[in-house]
Amino acid sequence: MEYAEERWDEEQLGRWQGDVVTAATAAANGSARADQMRAAALSVDRLTVRFRTLRGEVKAVTDVSLSLPRGGVLAIVGESGSGKSVTARAIMGLVTSDNATVSAEGLSLAGRDLLTLAPEARQGLRGSAISLVFQDALSALNPVLTVGSQLAEPFRIHQGLSRRDARDRAVELLRRVRIPSAERRINDYPHQFSGGMRQRLLIAVGIALNPEVLIADEPTTALDVTVQAQILDLLDELRRDLDMAILLITHDLGVVARLAEDVAVMYAGRIVETAPAERLFARPAHPYTSALFASAPRISATAVLKPIDGSPPDLVSPPQGCAFHPRCAQRSAVCIAQRPRLTPTAAGLAVACHHPQDAEDGGRIDAE
Amino acid sequence: MPSDPILVAESLDKVFRVGGALFGRRFNAVSDVSLAVAPGETLSIVGESGSGKTSLARMLVGLDRPDAGIIRFHGKPPAGKSGGNGATALGPSRTRLQRRAIQMVFQDPYASLNPRRTILDIVAEPLDVHGLARGPARRQRVEELLDLVGLGPAITSRFPHEFSGGQRQRIGIARALAAEPAVLVCDEPVSALDVSVQAQVVNLLIDLQRKLGLAIVFIAHDLAVVRAMSHRVMVMYMGKVVETGTVAEVLDRPRHPYTQALRASVLDLDPEIARSRRPLLVLGEPPNPVDPPAGCSFHPRCPRATDICRQAVPALREGAGGFAVACVNASTGTE
Repeated sequence: MEYAEERWDEEQLGRWQGDVVTAATAAANGSARADQMRAAALSVDRLTVRFRTLRGEVKAVTDVSLSLPRGGVLAIVGESGSGKSVTARAIMGLVTSDNATVSAEGLSLAGRDLLTLAPEARQGLRGSAISLVFQDALSALNPVLTVGSQLAEPFRIHQGLSRRDARDRAVELLRRVRIPSAERRINDYPHQFSGGMRQRLLIAVGIALNPEVLIADEPTTALDVTVQAQILDLLDELRRDLDMAILLITHDLGVVARLAEDVAVMYAGRIVETAPAERLFARPAHPYTSALFASAPRISATAVLKPIDGSPPDLVSPPQGCAFHPRCAQRSAVCIAQRPRLTPTAAGLAVACHHPQDAEDGGRIDAE
Repeated sequence: MPSDPILVAESLDKVFRVGGALFGRRFNAVSDVSLAVAPGETLSIVGESGSGKTSLARMLVGLDRPDAGIIRFHGKPPAGKSGGNGATALGPSRTRLQRRAIQMVFQDPYASLNPRRTILDIVAEPLDVHGLARGPARRQRVEELLDLVGLGPAITSRFPHEFSGGQRQRIGIARALAAEPAVLVCDEPVSALDVSVQAQVVNLLIDLQRKLGLAIVFIAHDLAVVRAMSHRVMVMYMGKVVETGTVAEVLDRPRHPYTQALRASVLDLDPEIARSRRPLLVLGEPPNPVDPPAGCSFHPRCPRATDICRQAVPALREGAGGFAVACVNASTGTE
């Protein structure tokens, strides 16, 4: 998948809008890793993505800043249209269409500044330093190549291994993602695998070159629940074994609870709250976050669901002030007049709200 | 809890053929499934992909014909029409009245509304088909229906693309209600929606059920939504019922190893619980339905499988307290 994306990308390289493309800070691969041990695996400063459309400019992502510690798991959670997937794609450098503008004040991957990196060097990082696991496993795999040749490709391209060595590594990878009878299945085609097994194949491609960061975009959404649980266990196990950081993109609060250490909640293209997972679930500060929890059905007890009225805003013309104000029970005049800034409230916590919920009594609106 | 069922299905089978006539193979999408649902009651049918839940729904509304078994409708015909009162077996081709009585809400609100027709025409289609209203009465009825599902009457001249997923699903529900059904079969009606909007539609269905006394058959894979929505639950695996009972019996005291695995796979919205609880060991994924395993179809994935499970298909045994389970290792409390 990554390499397939890269090929598709080749003609469009360097479209990373807002890039200062310098004459290459050399392919800063591998060797520099040791010096950067202490740096965040991924840090993003004020990422903004705009799409020009016939209807006007879509403000898909605005001023998103993230920091993903080495070996950590940060979840970006949000509903459709919140900008979470576009954020992931922009970080990968995959938002390249002519009508898109991507800008950022900072974007670094394990200490390497991606903004000043030459496109070729940046491409070299995809797969080896950062990789992306997509939601739709069937369309991300090439249907006419055996999984063996698809899994071997990163080793041949990035590491120049021989056909035989690359194949051995591919078998190893299949075992690593717990696909049974790996030696035999390596000759199969993607359609011969079940949905869960295909998702394992994608994860195998994603981890092939031991990236520091794996971006998992809705990795279990299309799967049945028993299979979803197995895939989440696998991701958790791999990131511990490989000391790999995961940027998890999801709409599923259960997946966040299972996997994430830190959470950034997105609404209408902006981060509205960040907090460690335990803290966020126990005491959400932003009214959107607590409303989201109150609307989610729970398995442990029968409860009356409390929906959020209305629908998410149109990102061509988002509401004035706080984008959530038309749906917010706490809104006041200031929410309409002035957009609240994302403000740190304590270590690791930040909220963009004029009336954050009181942390002490638990802001959570519990379902009855 | 209402008692007399309005829709009863007995021993339904549905067989599909894959491949050509000569080398094709058959598989039982649904085998020997019985159910009953009463007015004011929601029966949820739960299962993963390939469990047969959608095939079952399609037979209930008459979109597919069962290969064996019988579906009976016990309701009165809609007001103002003559006809028998009592159980009517629904034959291979249903009468117009029978079709009116059982309506369907589809899964994908983006695919189930004709993009070229106005909301007025979409919602009025059952009125036109069944000759229920014409002219000004037709528009008035559509406005009432839109009001009933929480959409204003002002939208009648607009088109589906102008609406969000949640609004489209409300339009789909209004259309189903136009036929004045006694039974609503909802096939994953909220699985395509965001969680905040999903709650709106779940609450709407509960509200409509209270107002109209609808019997609802709710097809779903999300156990948390099922809990919020239903009175009784039926769990299907590879075309067969493996467990059925009240919500409390099935979700809080699951007896079949498959139901237990499903239940344990649902992620709790509490990080501590979600991380500490390891899902039960279910092995792999459902087998190919064209080539089902002998005996209990769950045995290859079951942590408790024994020799009996590999040989004999377990019968659905009833237990005290409103449940039934098809597993030789499960206790029904009656032995």
